Amino acid sequence: MVIPILSLTVLGAVLGLILGMAARFFKVEGNPLVEELEAILPGSQCGQCGYPGCTGAAQALADGSAPVTLCPPGGRAVVIALAARLGVEADLSGVKDAVPSIADVREELCIGCTRCYKVCPTDAILGAAKHIHAVFKEACTACGSCVEVCPTEAILLRPVPPTLQSWGWVKPGSMPQPLAANEGVLAA
Amino acid sequence: MKLFKLRGGVHPEGRKASSADTAIRALPLPPQLYVQLQQHVGAPAKPVVQVGDTVLAGQLIGAGQGNISAPVHAPTSGRVVAIGDHPSPHPSGLPAATVAIAPDGEARWIEVDVPADPFALTPEDIAARVGAAGIVGLGGATFPSAVKLKLSRKSGVDTLIINGGECEPYLTCDDRIMRERAAEIVTGIRLIQLAVGATRALVGIEDNKPAALAAMRAAAAGTEVQIQAVPAMYPMGWDKQMIQVLLGREVPAEGRSADIGVLVHNVATAWAVQQTICLGRPLVSRIVTVSGGAVAQPGNLEVPIGTPVQALFDACGGFVSTPARLVLGGPMMGHQLTHTSVPVVKGSSGVLALTQAEIGLTQPAPCIRCSSCVRACPVGLLPLEMAARIRTDNLDAAVALGLKDCIGCGSCSYVCPSSIPLVHYFNYARGELMAQARSKLKQEATRKLADERNARMERIAREREEAAAARKAAKAARDAAAKATEKTEVIA
Repeated sequence: MVIPILSLTVLGAVLGLILGMAARFFKVEGNPLVEELEAILPGSQCGQCGYPGCTGAAQALADGSAPVTLCPPGGRAVVIALAARLGVEADLSGVKDAVPSIADVREELCIGCTRCYKVCPTDAILGAAKHIHAVFKEACTACGSCVEVCPTEAILLRPVPPTLQSWGWVKPGSMPQPLAANEGVLAA
Repeated sequence: MKLFKLRGGVHPEGRKASSADTAIRALPLPPQLYVQLQQHVGAPAKPVVQVGDTVLAGQLIGAGQGNISAPVHAPTSGRVVAIGDHPSPHPSGLPAATVAIAPDGEARWIEVDVPADPFALTPEDIAARVGAAGIVGLGGATFPSAVKLKLSRKSGVDTLIINGGECEPYLTCDDRIMRERAAEIVTGIRLIQLAVGATRALVGIEDNKPAALAAMRAAAAGTEVQIQAVPAMYPMGWDKQMIQVLLGREVPAEGRSADIGVLVHNVATAWAVQQTICLGRPLVSRIVTVSGGAVAQPGNLEVPIGTPVQALFDACGGFVSTPARLVLGGPMMGHQLTHTSVPVVKGSSGVLALTQAEIGLTQPAPCIRCSSCVRACPVGLLPLEMAARIRTDNLDAAVALGLKDCIGCGSCSYVCPSSIPLVHYFNYARGELMAQARSKLKQEATRKLADERNARMERIAREREEAAAARKAAKAARDAAAKATEKTEVIA
């Protein structure tokens, strides 16, 4: 009677100790996959996917509750990278690379309310109360957060026109490239 | 001299006769010149004149910025009438920064500083003068020549090769300049040789230009410059091909000719060097071939930089028929002109007005895997395999097959029996890879900005909390003190 009780108690204590030690020494801080996925996402915390920032989106992706096509500002490149990491087939048919655009403050409508620069995830808006706000082109990611909060609809997302540096040939067989019209000639 | 065997290549019809047999004519000054500030590889020049300024021929109007750049000069005397954007001679036709000059017709030159004996100059001095004159590779690559001279001297180049290949059909500007200005070119070659310290100088000229060969041989007699005929083949004028055929040395993948001790310059660049060193003239004009079936009198013109292309066609008698396509450069590597108001730049070797019969539009058909493109590729790539991968957007696989070593010569597209636009695929893939690299950079910058903002927000929240806690503690202390005084008063 005593022996089985003792042996089971000792067994339980030793195994419990091992489990306790294992839990302490092999502890995993969060899901490593989430961190990897977060590194692929743009990181601007814009919230366009409907999740609270890129960490939330990465969590949802790791759970499998969100499709790899969830990130609108990431475009095709992010979809392909996510699909490769998660080992799933990406359905690229619905993904359109957003035309590169930036926020543009219409000066005649801006009342200097400072709401936009408070929500900008990349500090791309400069302004002060009752002063017209301006956008830093280089920092803007066109996430659209500022467009939503603007009380006077003074902010619009405008496509960035291609420059000689950013222009590239279109893929053969796709829509023909519109040639620049016979305009823009430098006049005296 | 023994010549070496080459890989690949094609033999397109030359069609040079129509423009090769008339002498170079000077183009009358157009009513306005549009001098672009970026006519070279590297950083654009910065304008140093203002609207309304009067400029003299050869005066600096745009200063080079940074390590790889080139200045631009006023092609003639006149007045600066505008500084702004003007369509550029680029496949997109997008505008670029331009200085517009209205010539006064007097062509007054700035005072020039000419050395008494050009061959007494130090190599550094020659390179500095070439740099200040805004000379760039006139074969079409437009790499600043002074940078090449300095780098070559530093890396110890032993052989100077002057490229008189001119393998593009229709183009005869180098042919004419060799026939008419051989002595100046040979002087230029000797100056470049002095500037880089090369032990020998070789001029490679395709054997379909016997007159140019004879003129250059006569001019080079008695000098150390060697003239060598090379077989006519496309793309013989590509620098690495020229090195291979003359020296039998191959430039390593993704490498430069300086890696194997060779410097290559175009014949027209050698002429520009002579003009700068011996006459003090910066690069303000170039020889341009005007040709094609739709041009009334094809020929070669000496054109001030910045002349609108339309003026060149007008000077050649206009069009005999409506051109089906206007091309800037040669038909193999040139690109379609969007319209004729774009200006001539330092790298423009020709403008072509081609008829429907000359362009031969055919619809692309499926690849039959005949491997004609593989045999034609002068680099030894597999164009059909690269295009197949690019078609399915598998760009990394195309890069692994050597996309970055493709020189875009068009030999593969030329021989393809299915008319597949192979080079178009490669150009598209290159642009796409660059766009991806740019978006990656932008994403990294975004992440940094977002992290900084988050850190700041956290700090503000923490500080606020701390301030609130401090206030609370102060209030508690005050209350306690007040209570204590009250108590003392009561006791008292």
